[in-house]
Amino acid sequence: MRKFLSAKALIGLALVLTVVAVAILSPLFIAPERATQMVMSARLQPPSLAYPLGTDQLGRDLLARVMLGAQTSLMIAVLAVGMSIVLGLPLGIISGYFGGRIDNVLMRIIDALLSFPALLLALTISAVLGPNLQNTIIAIGIAFTPFLARIVRGEALRVVQMPYVEAARAAGTRDGQMILRHILPNIMPALIVQATISLAFAVLAEAALSFLGLGTQPPMASWGLMIQASRQFLDLAPWTALVPGAALAITILGLNLLGDVLRDVLDPRVR
Amino acid sequence: MLDQTPQQPLVSIENLRVEFDGESGPITGVKDVSFTVNPGETVCVVGESGSGKSVTSLSLLRLVEFGGGRIVSGRLWFRPGEGEAIDLAQMPAEKMIDLRGDRIGMIFQEPMTALNPVFTIGRQLTDGLRRHRGLSAAEADARAIELLREVRLPEPEGRLRQYPHELSGGMRQRVVIAMAMACRPQLLIADEPTTALDVTIQAEILGLIKRLKREFGMAVLFITHDMAVVAQLADRVVVMRHGEKVEEGPVERIFADPQADYTKALLASVPKLGEMRGKPAPEPLRIPGAPEPAAPKPASRSETGRAVLSVKGLTTRFPVKGGLMRRVVANVHAVENVSFELGHGETLALVGESGCGKSTTARSILRLVEPTSGDVVMDGQDILGLDAGGLRRARRNMQMVFQDPFASLNPFMRLRKQVAEPILNFDLARGAELEDRIAFLFDRVGLPRDFMRRFPHELSGGQRQRVAIARALSVNPKLIIADEAVSALDVSVQAQVLNLLMELQAEFGLSYLFISHDMAVVERVSHRVGVMYLGRIVEIGSRADIFEDPRHSYTRALLAGVPIADPTKRMLKESIEFKPLPSPVFPVGEVRPAPVYDEVAPGHFVLENE
Repeated sequence: MRKFLSAKALIGLALVLTVVAVAILSPLFIAPERATQMVMSARLQPPSLAYPLGTDQLGRDLLARVMLGAQTSLMIAVLAVGMSIVLGLPLGIISGYFGGRIDNVLMRIIDALLSFPALLLALTISAVLGPNLQNTIIAIGIAFTPFLARIVRGEALRVVQMPYVEAARAAGTRDGQMILRHILPNIMPALIVQATISLAFAVLAEAALSFLGLGTQPPMASWGLMIQASRQFLDLAPWTALVPGAALAITILGLNLLGDVLRDVLDPRVR
Repeated sequence: MLDQTPQQPLVSIENLRVEFDGESGPITGVKDVSFTVNPGETVCVVGESGSGKSVTSLSLLRLVEFGGGRIVSGRLWFRPGEGEAIDLAQMPAEKMIDLRGDRIGMIFQEPMTALNPVFTIGRQLTDGLRRHRGLSAAEADARAIELLREVRLPEPEGRLRQYPHELSGGMRQRVVIAMAMACRPQLLIADEPTTALDVTIQAEILGLIKRLKREFGMAVLFITHDMAVVAQLADRVVVMRHGEKVEEGPVERIFADPQADYTKALLASVPKLGEMRGKPAPEPLRIPGAPEPAAPKPASRSETGRAVLSVKGLTTRFPVKGGLMRRVVANVHAVENVSFELGHGETLALVGESGCGKSTTARSILRLVEPTSGDVVMDGQDILGLDAGGLRRARRNMQMVFQDPFASLNPFMRLRKQVAEPILNFDLARGAELEDRIAFLFDRVGLPRDFMRRFPHELSGGQRQRVAIARALSVNPKLIIADEAVSALDVSVQAQVLNLLMELQAEFGLSYLFISHDMAVVERVSHRVGVMYLGRIVEIGSRADIFEDPRHSYTRALLAGVPIADPTKRMLKESIEFKPLPSPVFPVGEVRPAPVYDEVAPGHFVLENE
């Protein structure tokens, strides 16, 4: 318990809670128009009293946009990564645990998927399914699955060779119990680390899809979209990139800290 | 090269204290240790895990700092060449680099990892020579060949271009020694250099260190847990425990008249080869300070009854795949036509060196690896003919205890659950009955009941091995296969676990298949012994047959290699010639001749055809 209340845990928790609170509460207090309203006379304004975080190239309030964008970005990232875990975890465990022909077949499919850049894969899926929020999540989720499955399989292969698995097998443990009691808990640490890193990449992947017109559709705001839009004005108005970038960095930092703590809490050796 | 004033110590450690950063404040690795090493002298630092013996030696090279340790106080006087003594504890880090590998050489425990796999032997041998001695590439190569000759590595010229994986463990350890010797150090620190090696190779390496020490007048600081090695090698002994020096003295005095209780216990816990001579049955070890062990009842081995386990012609081969199509290009003949029987309440030991197939034999019987052919009959049931479900049920009668107690328990599972798992798997008990059974098992293996709620990492190695034994016992098996079950334990703990195994055998009438490389332990615990070499049993018979009348040349070599824990009986030969182990890899379709045994005495069989 002492470990759970460490400074690392508190900071991580505070950061994540703040971001989640912003994502949930912003739409209740800030009118959606604030994020889309264009003021041509106030384009690329640096932070001021009227616009605390400045404005973008169309004169939109960055504070409003970053707060409203939080929901879109977080939702896409969490759901897409969740989907990749739901698909990749069983694939990886089955592949690593049973091995042999099943492993060969599954891994060749995974390898084929891996040979495409994840983004291209997401792009294709998104293009086929049609550009909307739900399909963006599906596209990113599928695109991330092979990476996750590969990591889970590697860990499962490692754990299967451990003497305690052999001991359990000698003690008559069935496959299902073996996976639930012995394999799964021992691959959790690696899974948590991979999942937190994936969240960050998912936010960026959504940005890239949006940039190509296949993700979030303007004028809706998402952090990725904001970062992409800012690239032409980096020298003129660096805050247009810094604001969504900082929001993303804070989120990822919080998730990483929390992921570390979660991993430690689950591991009896460190607790 | 001896110092003119031999009274002047080469190394003088004064009040050394080393701390490590722990989560809640510093942890003391070495509390307050002082001792000296004279030029040309061999000092053995002996102790169990956690005694601080390795930390002390690493401090001398200041390598402890790379492991997160800190030398808090104390002096480490070292006298390089003819000069004044310098305090290594105060040396700047850059100057230490010049000293390491030049004046002080070091040999590590694990020859498999002490060499960098991506560089050639030559490159790794010449690195130190070029750095410390400024030799040219050609000069360094010539010197490297000379060094390999000194450590008796065959065909030294060709070795320089080889990579570590091309050499066997014993050969690698010779290369490591050659590296440590490269600059003619005044002091050689050897940290458990033979622990990972087989006995026959251990004897060779110890003999080599002894010869090098005499030839070059070098001092040796030898770290070990093995009292028998100490007896063979040491001039003086420092006994350590919990970061403190317990006792120090000349080797003869330590063995003949130990003063500290701990030293006495340590000496008593070591099974000594030959001390079971003339005794009819296994006998527990006497541990000072512990209650007198109850003498186990003589095994109720029913001479007429059928064997619990009967193995006939067991053969296990592993395919070696190669080429583009991953076709089988050869087979490793891990177990080759092995046959034996194991009676009720009997212990059969399988001994041999690494790679001889003893572990594979054990795993083949349980079908944790699939045997290629043969018959395994357990309690009248043909194991190799069973389907998956039948095999699962059959395993209830045969359980296994593994070597590494740190890896054979699931780190994420409470101990209660780990012991309960086999019972639940076979649905042998539920509810209150299950709890009673678990409590009984914890009591029986000598663990407090509140350990049930703990996780494996909270226990010591010996305690974990007790949990593993409780887990194996939980389903009331008839046979327990102990695969090097005490090899990873400290000697005092090893003695306790061996006694426990013998007690349980007497109580429950268990049969043991005891896999080990340690001849002294085997002599202690077994009724019958099978000696394995290259996948075959070369000799099998009663304990007395094997230990008092060994007939096969390999059995004799194995027995001759075991260090004797008596400093008055030194048996190390300084000039043992190196002989490489033949390969167990054969082409596909190779048919090995069936073994022919000669029954030299009733029940004592010796392999006739190689």
